[in-house]
Amino acid sequence: MKPGSNFRELTPASDRALVDVRFGARALRLPLGENLAAALLVAGIMPFRQTPVSGAPRGPFCMMGACFDCLVEIDGLTGQACMLAVTEDMAIDMPAAGKGDGDA
Amino acid sequence: MHEVDLIIVGAGPAGMSAAGRAAECGLSVLILDEQPAAGGQIYRDVDRASALRGDILGKDFTEGQTLTRRLDHENITHLKGAVVWQIEDGPRVSYTQAGQGGVACSKRMIMATGALERPMPLPGWTLPGVMTAGAAQILLKQSGIACERAVLVGSGPLLYLIATQMVRADVPPIALVETQTRQDFIGSLRHLGGALRGWRYLLKGAGMLWHLRRARVSRYLGVSDIAIEGKEAAQAVTFTSEGKSQRIACETVLLHHGVVPNTQTARSIDIPHHWDERQAYFVPHCDEWGRTPKPAVFIAGDGAGIGGAKAAALAGEIAALDIACDLNRLTSADREAAARPLRARLAKERAARPFIDSAYPPHAAALAPQDPTIVCRCEEVTAGDIRRMAGLGCLGPNQTKAFGRAGMGPCQGRYCGLTVTRLLAEANGLSPDQTGHYRIRPPIKPVTLGEIAAMTPQETSEQSK
Amino acid sequence: MTSDYAIIGGGIVGLSTAWGLLKRGLRVTVLDGDDGSFRASRGNFGLVWVQGKGLNAPVYASWSQRSAAAWSDFAAELADATGFDLGLEQRGGYDLHFSEESLEATVARYEGLKAELGGDYPYEVLGHNALRREEPAIGPKVAGAILHHQDGHANPLKLLRALAADVRRLGGVILNGKTVTDVTRDDHFKITCADGTEVRAQKTVLSAGLGAMTLGPKLGFKAPIRPQRGQVLITEKLPKIINRPSLIARQVDEGGIQIGATNEEVGLDDHVTQPGLSGLAAEAIAAYPVLAKAQLVRSWGALRILSPDGLPIYQQSTEMPGAYLVTCHSGITLAAAHARFLPAWLEAAGDAPDLEIFSEARF
Repeated sequence: MKPGSNFRELTPASDRALVDVRFGARALRLPLGENLAAALLVAGIMPFRQTPVSGAPRGPFCMMGACFDCLVEIDGLTGQACMLAVTEDMAIDMPAAGKGDGDA
Repeated sequence: MHEVDLIIVGAGPAGMSAAGRAAECGLSVLILDEQPAAGGQIYRDVDRASALRGDILGKDFTEGQTLTRRLDHENITHLKGAVVWQIEDGPRVSYTQAGQGGVACSKRMIMATGALERPMPLPGWTLPGVMTAGAAQILLKQSGIACERAVLVGSGPLLYLIATQMVRADVPPIALVETQTRQDFIGSLRHLGGALRGWRYLLKGAGMLWHLRRARVSRYLGVSDIAIEGKEAAQAVTFTSEGKSQRIACETVLLHHGVVPNTQTARSIDIPHHWDERQAYFVPHCDEWGRTPKPAVFIAGDGAGIGGAKAAALAGEIAALDIACDLNRLTSADREAAARPLRARLAKERAARPFIDSAYPPHAAALAPQDPTIVCRCEEVTAGDIRRMAGLGCLGPNQTKAFGRAGMGPCQGRYCGLTVTRLLAEANGLSPDQTGHYRIRPPIKPVTLGEIAAMTPQETSEQSK
Repeated sequence: MTSDYAIIGGGIVGLSTAWGLLKRGLRVTVLDGDDGSFRASRGNFGLVWVQGKGLNAPVYASWSQRSAAAWSDFAAELADATGFDLGLEQRGGYDLHFSEESLEATVARYEGLKAELGGDYPYEVLGHNALRREEPAIGPKVAGAILHHQDGHANPLKLLRALAADVRRLGGVILNGKTVTDVTRDDHFKITCADGTEVRAQKTVLSAGLGAMTLGPKLGFKAPIRPQRGQVLITEKLPKIINRPSLIARQVDEGGIQIGATNEEVGLDDHVTQPGLSGLAAEAIAAYPVLAKAQLVRSWGALRILSPDGLPIYQQSTEMPGAYLVTCHSGITLAAAHARFLPAWLEAAGDAPDLEIFSEARF
């Protein structure tokens, strides 16, 4: 188990290469091809975003592409982390429309 | 652009078995599935995971491979990571795959989009660290990741299944906080006859409970006043059990109180639904073959009513048989002959349902939560807001959506629809059927403007109404 | 109990009118349809718009101007009473052009109207570079824009919600889920609904949008209105990209970008079509290229209520005096006028506006 994470890989990801990615200012090494939301959880990333309405922290909820709580922004595109796979040099940020732009 | 006999949306058990049967009957089949690998949710990534984690996940899971193998047929094209965002008359389907828009036309369609977790709005349920039990199972199946020191909250056999899998993985949960009561169980005994016909299912349940007892996982039954504490993330679950207040420190809370049909795709083409009081969810209108009032459109699997993976696979075959007959690849007599044994097995699969539904009903406090609880996660609308809007004359969810934005976020009402309908129904003294549900419009899932704009003139010049 | 007014139709037009009547001390009952009705009030674009209207009918242009000028006060009064901020912004709006020719042709028409209005038509022409300074996200294909300073936008759903709340607070009765089946008149009006509800009133206003197609003739109106579909798109919430609204796109107060709209004659069909969505998306991207990456989260088809010339209809029934037809396709822009000036016309009061050109006599 990684420090600061509540999620344990049952078999360490030695069968897959690790690649460099970035989440915000944090540099991470994640398994290539792994489900992005899962990999970020193991790496201890939490929250994934802040809601546009109130800035509340959110992380993955359903892991099946239905709840949209795991939204991240990659290359200017928002997408659900649970529907993406880790690729080399991914530059991941919290979605830009965080609190301050929306108005409840 | 694809043109086939049959488009199937979803590659879970219903979708896979329908595809297999249709292909065997000589139909050309296109499967559009949003996941990168076949299996749906229940057999998530089974082809890869079976070898790695089959012993933890169990035989029921690895059996999914008999279905995935059926997709290896020359009549079947399986587009992975293809997200359907609009369905028009035809059927004519717009989808997006790897950032590119595409269109597919067919003579018939089967929607096999399965189920969602029943929303379980509780105080604090939007905090990071709170997930559905299904999410934990997906993490386990697809990624071999276990949640450490988790507390499972709610009711239903899925809680036991996940807890058992976690025990087998040597990462047991701290506790099971269960909402069903002894009265629920006693009330469910009137369905015992049916349950006994599905005895294999019951036996599995008993086996799981034994495992959990042996692993000394704490169980609290008949709990109430559940809340999740925390500021930036979940830090504890509090509840009342047998008159005593309890607090369990934990950072991962897994919620579950049943699954419900995912009706989003069906509603997007205005297929009528009705409220099923016993199961407390909306069910699409379809006949015993799965055919909806839209003549070319069928629904198979949990999307037509919760029955589980095996029932879904049988329903998929049955729908495919009717379609094959429709398209003159099968005589009526052959269709009947093939369907009869499938229906018999389907009846057996469904036999234990009434018992399970009444032994593990949804948690009442989460069906109609207290005023401060967030109901629409996307737009952060509370139960109190919804009740207030009923007071402003909102009879149904669409007026409520207009007044308060509930249902306007990216999840498009998947996790608030049922709750909003129930709150309005109660506030207005109407039934859920009278109250209605959100009108679902395209896109069924978000798609970029660039992709939509780039759909080629060939595709856009089709029958513009 | 007999109300002074029964208002058939509880959308923006009906509620604005009801509000204005209540403010004059009259007793009002509003009958509104059900959750699934076609509701232009829920599907519109939210513009408070002056430019481009009444190019052939200056009275309509100045009616729109009067309403736009009154909007700020109207919104403030509603906000004070209900606590709902309507999100009104009146800092001007654009008519975007992709060619010099179309821009010049429109300017010529505006100059003609401006003369008819005695010069009260404050607009300016922005070439591409000047427009870029105002709208950094504007794309290279946009040749220029006409910026009209009386244009703006608001949140139409908040307007609806605020009106519903304040009409109630002012003592108006709103009956929801009602389908009006019949209207008769002896010494007062009796309005009957499908569920047996009966409402009695001295006067009746028919502001039921497309419902006037069937109810209008029963009250002695020609009601020559027809539906026209506009498909509308709305994106995920985004950081601020668009500063002023246009007919192509506007950024709503919540953060999403709303894109519209088609003009289709398809009867009572409020579905969206992939070709319709594609065309709108393409135009929006041509105007604001950064939108190519924006996620569409919702779309809908809304049915405009159009008279043959597109102008409102304000008509008292000759067959049933005391019954009035009030219909338009710019219910948001005209909400202030319907709240502030129309009630005087309904009451035939001294300060009644001259709405003769909007009568059915013109059909």
